[in-house]
Amino acid sequence: MTYGYETAEHPERLRRVAIDPLSRVEGHGKVTILLDADDKVRQVRLHVVEFRGFERFIQGRPYWEVPVMVQRLCGICPVSHHLAASKAMDAIVGAARLTPTAEKVRRLMHYGQMLQSHALHFFHLCSPDLLFGFGSEAARRNIVGVAAAHPETARRGVLLRRFGQEVIRVTAGRRIHGTGSVPGGVNKPVERAERDALLAQVYDILSWSRSAVELVKKLHGQDPALYNSFGVFRSNMMSLVAPDGGLDFYDGRLRARDDAGQILFDQVDYREYGSRIREEVKPWSYMKFPFLAALGAEKGWYKVGPLARVQNCDHIPTPLADAERREFVDYAGGSPIHAPLAYHWARMIEMLHAAETIKDLLHDDDILGEDLVRTGERAREGIGVIEAPRGTLIHHYRVDDDDLVTMCNLIVSTTHNNQAMNEAIRHVAKRYLSGHRLTEGLLNHIEVAIRAFDPCLSCATHALGQMALEVSLVGPGGEELDRLARHEDGAVGRPAP
Amino acid sequence: MSATATFTLDGRAIAFNEGQTILQAAVAAGAYIPHLCFHPDFKPHGSCKVCTVRVNGRHAASCTTRAAPGAVVESDTPAINDERRALVQMLFVEGNHFCPSCEKSGNCKLQATACDLGMVSPHFDHFYPDRPVDASHPELLLDFNRCILCSLCVRASRDVDRKNAFALSGRGIRTRLIVNSRTGRLADSDVTAADKAVHVCPVGVILAKRRGFEVPLGQRVFDLKPISAMADPSAALERAAARGRGPGPRGGGT
Repeated sequence: MTYGYETAEHPERLRRVAIDPLSRVEGHGKVTILLDADDKVRQVRLHVVEFRGFERFIQGRPYWEVPVMVQRLCGICPVSHHLAASKAMDAIVGAARLTPTAEKVRRLMHYGQMLQSHALHFFHLCSPDLLFGFGSEAARRNIVGVAAAHPETARRGVLLRRFGQEVIRVTAGRRIHGTGSVPGGVNKPVERAERDALLAQVYDILSWSRSAVELVKKLHGQDPALYNSFGVFRSNMMSLVAPDGGLDFYDGRLRARDDAGQILFDQVDYREYGSRIREEVKPWSYMKFPFLAALGAEKGWYKVGPLARVQNCDHIPTPLADAERREFVDYAGGSPIHAPLAYHWARMIEMLHAAETIKDLLHDDDILGEDLVRTGERAREGIGVIEAPRGTLIHHYRVDDDDLVTMCNLIVSTTHNNQAMNEAIRHVAKRYLSGHRLTEGLLNHIEVAIRAFDPCLSCATHALGQMALEVSLVGPGGEELDRLARHEDGAVGRPAP
Repeated sequence: MSATATFTLDGRAIAFNEGQTILQAAVAAGAYIPHLCFHPDFKPHGSCKVCTVRVNGRHAASCTTRAAPGAVVESDTPAINDERRALVQMLFVEGNHFCPSCEKSGNCKLQATACDLGMVSPHFDHFYPDRPVDASHPELLLDFNRCILCSLCVRASRDVDRKNAFALSGRGIRTRLIVNSRTGRLADSDVTAADKAVHVCPVGVILAKRRGFEVPLGQRVFDLKPISAMADPSAALERAAARGRGPGPRGGGT
């Protein structure tokens, strides 16, 4: 299922082109392309070049601090980390079931985040490419350009995002980096006046979300050949689904399908993620490469996020979004859609689902309740999994008898999509770049493919202590005096001459 | 004893009783002078110097300087606030103060004072000291990373709780808070969650375990009012704690 191009045989003979930094994505990353004398592409890699280290420095901290601390991983979807960590800490404090108020306030927070993040991604980050063309004038490819050419589209994008942020504010206490979710529940209900203020806007939000699905369908319909083939690759897919197989962003069980849509496993308790998923470390990226253990690294890589979720579930539990899901599935004629640009379509269906769910939750008086926290028998290990805007997010902690964290493992959405993004850009490089004189517009094609996955590169760098490294001691004349290497297994030594 | 005389604080007449310090008289009169190591219930320590004022033109720590009739005290001036801001910045870089994930945020006198003084960055290079937490006690956590050496817990444990459980050890830049127990661990002391000592910490060193971020944003003590609008922020924090809406262990200590 791979295109090759990961590692060229004689890189020293090839010309290197770098896209550094990638623009209109969260975090810092780069793409390197190696070309031969005929401008043919020989190697393409997406590198994540920043390092965070949260898994290490959360060790030794008290567990109740974790949901607030780890959300600092990200400024776009901190709620995902806040809630995934809270779910893990629910297990630590023995809260097997939350109160109805806590569960619904958390859901409201999460669906608010899904709305704002998807709106941000589609309108602010991607719509310039889709509306103006991938190779269009660079100075125009931004939200300001969209506002000039399509003012109503840009305005709705901004207001959709603002509404999602406002939902977060009334549930978490702040638009970014709130504290609303605590181990075992939440620290506040929704205030009635704030609920009413959101209700007054939510029907506009629903209407604009429907329009957003129509817009992306129209774009797809204008050039189906491009949208169905750009960066396409086949892969497995994974997401959480509800016990009835429905789409659920907040909770559920793991389901994976192969590239033909056949179920590989279903209704797997996410606490068993360690036996279902393995991670491979490659020497050229801080981002690990996860794969389904049963299939191995070569065939087991998969994609997550909207395109996986919308096709992995059996239905969407809100009517407007489910009707759109059916149309999406019918469009493919019974086999899964793997085209990266279809992520946008699926993402807007999810945004519509988020808007519908927010509307339903705002009408539910449980969100105004006062019974906020549950605790039970203390545990030493907690695993929390959630469907973040970009895909499945896994938080895993161990806590000692003194209440301090002793182990933390995070597998974030973008990490799951690592191999998938690399495959997409290899396909694009082969089809659009190979043999051509490179221009900014052609290089933007690579970024368009990456942006479709909505990567959050800052969250995704976790290979601490496992990176293969080489250190050279170079003399004043430039001659190499000594060289030391740390290999992927952690062993350090001098490479063989 | 009735008020017998006055001094002026930034031009405002402040009545005082004989024996009161400038800061004690200001607190009693509802006037704010920034301070960290001072607490109205305890003998002044005079170590943080944040309460420094100019008394008749000379610098003095207002918590340890006796009020005198007719004294001219300047406190809220740009020059003095610049010096206070530098002192607070030094406190920030000497410890490890990660406000974003600290449960004392919004209820922390150091943070509130820094905000009020317009501190927007630490300015100085961080020391990044290595200070492991002491989580040995079943009910309490000691996070030394946030200690500003105010000695309030030392004074409270010695003078109110009669346990002498805490002490400042070492000298100069190596001064640190220690626990007076055989092993140095809090679990091996006789400190309990009801002690006054665990309720007077102005920052986030002494904390109740398993209770974090219970007070929603917007409802914390310094969300409601800036610290400079409270002559006695210690009392406001302890009132909030007694209602279960503040920093320390619920309901105890005051």
